[in-house]
Amino acid sequence: MTSSNDCRLAAHDFARGFALRALRALGVLALLAFATTARADAVDDTLAKFLDDKFPQTEAAIGELAAEAPPQAAAILEALGDNRLLIDPADHLVAYKTVAGVLLNAKTGEPVQGLDAAAFKKVRVNNALRSAIEGAMGSLTLANPDPEKRLAAAEDVFRTHDAKALPALQAQLGKESDPRVVAALKLAQASIFATSDSASPQDRLSAIATLKERGDQDAQSLIDGIAQKATDPAVKSAAAAALSAIHTRLALWGVAQNLWYGISASSVLLLAAIGLAITFGVMGVINMAHGEMVMLGAYSTYVVQTLLPPSLQNWSLAFAIPLAFVVAGAVGIAIERLVIRFLYTRPLETLLATWGVSLILQQLVRSLFGANNRLVSNPPFMSGAFEIGGLSITTNRLWIIVLSAVVFIGLQLVLRATPFGLQMRAVTQNRRMAASMGISTARIDMLAFGLGSGVAGIAGVALSQIDNVSPNLGQGYIIDSFMVVVFGGVGNLWGTAFGALLIGLANKLLEPLIGAVQGQIVLLIFIILFIQRRPRGLFALRGRAVEA
Amino acid sequence: MSARLDHLGLGFVAILIVAAILVPLLSLVVSPDSAFYLPPYLVQLLGKYLCYAILAVALDLVWGYCGILSLGHGAFFALGGYAMGMYLMRQIGTRGVYANPILPDFMVFLNWKELPVAWWGFNWFPYAMLMVVLVPGLLALAFGWFAFRSRVTGVYLSIITQAMTFALFKEFFRNDFGFGGNNGLTDFKDLLGFSLQAASTKAALFSASAIALILAYAVSRAIIGSKYGKALMAVRDAESRMRFIGYRVENYKLFAFVVSAIIAGIAGALYVPQVGIINPSEFAPANSIEAAIWVAVGGRGTLIGAAIGAIAVNFAKTYFTGAFPEYWLYGLGLLFVLGTLFLPKGLLGLALRGSEPKPREVVSVDAVEEGAEP
Repeated sequence: MTSSNDCRLAAHDFARGFALRALRALGVLALLAFATTARADAVDDTLAKFLDDKFPQTEAAIGELAAEAPPQAAAILEALGDNRLLIDPADHLVAYKTVAGVLLNAKTGEPVQGLDAAAFKKVRVNNALRSAIEGAMGSLTLANPDPEKRLAAAEDVFRTHDAKALPALQAQLGKESDPRVVAALKLAQASIFATSDSASPQDRLSAIATLKERGDQDAQSLIDGIAQKATDPAVKSAAAAALSAIHTRLALWGVAQNLWYGISASSVLLLAAIGLAITFGVMGVINMAHGEMVMLGAYSTYVVQTLLPPSLQNWSLAFAIPLAFVVAGAVGIAIERLVIRFLYTRPLETLLATWGVSLILQQLVRSLFGANNRLVSNPPFMSGAFEIGGLSITTNRLWIIVLSAVVFIGLQLVLRATPFGLQMRAVTQNRRMAASMGISTARIDMLAFGLGSGVAGIAGVALSQIDNVSPNLGQGYIIDSFMVVVFGGVGNLWGTAFGALLIGLANKLLEPLIGAVQGQIVLLIFIILFIQRRPRGLFALRGRAVEA
Repeated sequence: MSARLDHLGLGFVAILIVAAILVPLLSLVVSPDSAFYLPPYLVQLLGKYLCYAILAVALDLVWGYCGILSLGHGAFFALGGYAMGMYLMRQIGTRGVYANPILPDFMVFLNWKELPVAWWGFNWFPYAMLMVVLVPGLLALAFGWFAFRSRVTGVYLSIITQAMTFALFKEFFRNDFGFGGNNGLTDFKDLLGFSLQAASTKAALFSASAIALILAYAVSRAIIGSKYGKALMAVRDAESRMRFIGYRVENYKLFAFVVSAIIAGIAGALYVPQVGIINPSEFAPANSIEAAIWVAVGGRGTLIGAAIGAIAVNFAKTYFTGAFPEYWLYGLGLLFVLGTLFLPKGLLGLALRGSEPKPREVVSVDAVEEGAEP
C-alpha cells in the first residue's frame, strides 16, 4: 500500500512539474499508466467512480463504501453529503475538505499539499443520493464499537428500510452479541424483507410476524404499505391480519394512554378541589380566592428554589411543600378572620368578597414578582419520562398522582382520627347542634379554612411542576374545581375524589372524540343534568339539617 | 318597595329622559368651542355606561328580588351583542378587506365558501333584533328550566351559571365555531344605513340606550310591583315555605330569569355598536362577577341602585385605569371586599338610611335550616 502511495505522490510531483495547463494531459497519461501498473485495490476503484461525477457512478461508489467500510468511509460520505467532496479529474485525485476547511486526500486522509484548490470541483449530489448516503452512513454505524450507536443505527435502518443496508445488517447480525442490538437488527432486517418484493415469501411472512410483534405506529405504516402493494396473496393476507392486530393493539394502548392522562388530570383536580370541598362543606361558602391559594403555593415553590443553595436544590420540594401549606394556610386564616366570618349569613356575598380578595392577591403577586411566568424547575427525580409498552409516562405527573394520594389519605386521617376532624365533621353535619354540644364553631371555621387553603397551597407546589407559574395560575383550575365539588357533594372526601376522577377522565377521554372544548361543554351539561337527580352532589350528607 | 324608592325611581327616569334629549343637543347642536360641548367619544362612553346599567338592572331583578346570584349574566349580554354584531357584520358587504358581498372577512380568511346557517337572515334588521331577544331568552329558559326544577339554589346555582359562561367563553374562542374566533366581530361600518362613525349616530345610540334603560326599569318595576313580584320576593326569603304553601317556585324563578336574560341581551345589542367590537372576552367569568359588584355597590333590590352602581363603578374604572393602572385591581378588589362587608345595602341603602322604619332582618329560612348561624 505505502509503496503505491509513494509512487502516486511521485506521479503528482511529476505532474506538477509540468505546471502548464497544456501539459496536464501528459500528466494524466502518466498517472493512468502508473495506475495500471499499481495493484488496483478496491478502494481505488470505488474512489475512481466519484471522478466521473455522474449520479449512477456516485451511487455505486456510495454503496461500495458502505459495504467495504474502509476507515475513512464515514468521513468521505459525510463530506459528500455536505458538498465537501472534491475531485480533480485532471490529477485523478479525490479529496475532501474538513469542516475546518483543511483539504485531505480521500484515500490516505493526509493533507493535500501544493495543489491549486481551484483545480478541484465539487461532486454533485441529488436527493436520491442524499438518501443513499444516509442509508450508507446507517450501515456504517451498524459496525460501530459502541452498542448504543449500533442500536441507533439499527433503528435508522428500520425507519428507512433501505435494502442497500441489508448486507451490512446481516454481517453485523452474524457477530452481534448484545441482545438488544440483536433484536433491533432483526427488526431492521424484517423491515427490509417485508418491504422488498424480491425477498422470498417465507422471509416476508416471518418478517411480517416480527413487525407485528413490535406493533407500534412505525410497524403499522410499514405493514400498511405491504398490504396495499404486495402481489403475493399469502403475503397480502398475512399483512392484512397483522395490520388489524396492530390496529387493535394501538387502539388499546391509545385508550390506556388517555386513561393515564385522565388519571393525571384527575389527581391535579383532586389536589385543587379537595381544599375547596372542605371549606365549602364546613362553612357552606365557596371561596373564590381558592385558586389564588394554589397560586401562592406555586410561588412559594419558586421562592424556595430561588433562595435555596445549589447543594439543596434536589430537596427543594421537601421545603416547598410545608412552606406552601403554611403560607396559603395563613393567608386563608387571615381571609376567614377578616372577611368571611362576617358574611356567614350571606353566603352569596361571600362569593363577591372572596372574588375581591382573589383580585387583590393576584395584583399583589404581580406587583411583587412581575406579570411574567416564573420558571420552576423539576428536581432530577421528577424529570424525564419512561415507557411501559405503548404507554409514555412522565415522571412529574406520576409523582403528582402519588402526592395527591398521600394528601387524600392524610386528610382522611385528619378527619377520621383526630378530635379536630371529629369536630369539623360535626359542624359540617349540623352547625347548631355542634355548637350546642360545646364545639367552638368559630374556631373550627378558622382552622378548617386554614386547612383547606393549606392543601390548596400544596396543590400549587404540584402545579408548579407541570404548569407555568404566573399570577393567573389559579384561575385556570378554579372552575373545574367548583365542578368537582358540585358533582361530588360536600362532607365526604370520597365524593370529591370520585368527582375529580370522573371529571378528569371524562375530559381526557372525550377530548380525542369531540375536541377539548366540546368535551368540557358536554361535561358541563352532564353535571347540570346530574344535579337534577342529586342536587347536593353524588355523596350528599343525609339528614334533616342538609335538606333545604 | 318603599314609597321613597319609587320617588327616587321617578327622579331617575326624569334624569334619563333629560339626558336622552340633552346629550344629543350638546353633542350635535352646541358648537365645539363651547364649554358645554360633548365630544362624540364622551357620548359613546356615557352610552356604554348606560348599557352596563341596563345589565345591572337585569341582574338586580334576579338577584335582588329573587335571590338568584347569577355569575353568568355576562353571557346573555354577550349573546345579545353577538346577534347585533352579526347584523353589523353583514352590513359591511363589499366594503370589507376581501370585498365579499356575502361572507364576512374572517370567513373568507378561513377559506369558507358558504355562509353558515347560523348567519342566515342576519342582514335583515328585524330578524337580528328578534335574535337579540330570542337567543339569550332561550338559553336562560333551557338553563333555568333544568337548574330550578332540580332545586339548584344559592351558591351551587352561582357556580353553575359561572360554568355556563365559561363554557361559552371557550366555545366562542374557537375559529370553527363560526363567530370570528378570538378576534370576534369588528370593523363595523353602519347601522340601518347610518355610519357608526358619525357623531349623530353616536348620539342616537346614546338616547336609545337611555330609553332602553328606562324601559328595563319600567318592566322590572312593573314585575316587582305586581302580585307575581310579591311572590317572587317571598321565594327569595323563604323558598321552602313558598313551595309548601303550594306555589310552583321554579316557574316564578324561571320567568324572572328569562326576562332578566332578555334585558341583558338587549343591553349587549346596544353596547356593541357603541364600542365597535364584540369578542369572546365578553363571556369571561370575571365580567359577570364585576356586574354583580355594580349591583352590590349601588344597592341590590332597588333597581335604580343597581344602575347607579354600574355607572359609578365604571366611571371609577375609566378614571383609575387611566390614572393609576397599577392600582385599579387593588381598588376593584377592595370594592368587592369592603362593599360587601360594610355596605350590605349599597350606596342607595346608605342614602335611604333612617328615612324609613328599620325593616325586620329577614334571615333566609333555608339558611337557618342549613344550619347557618343567624
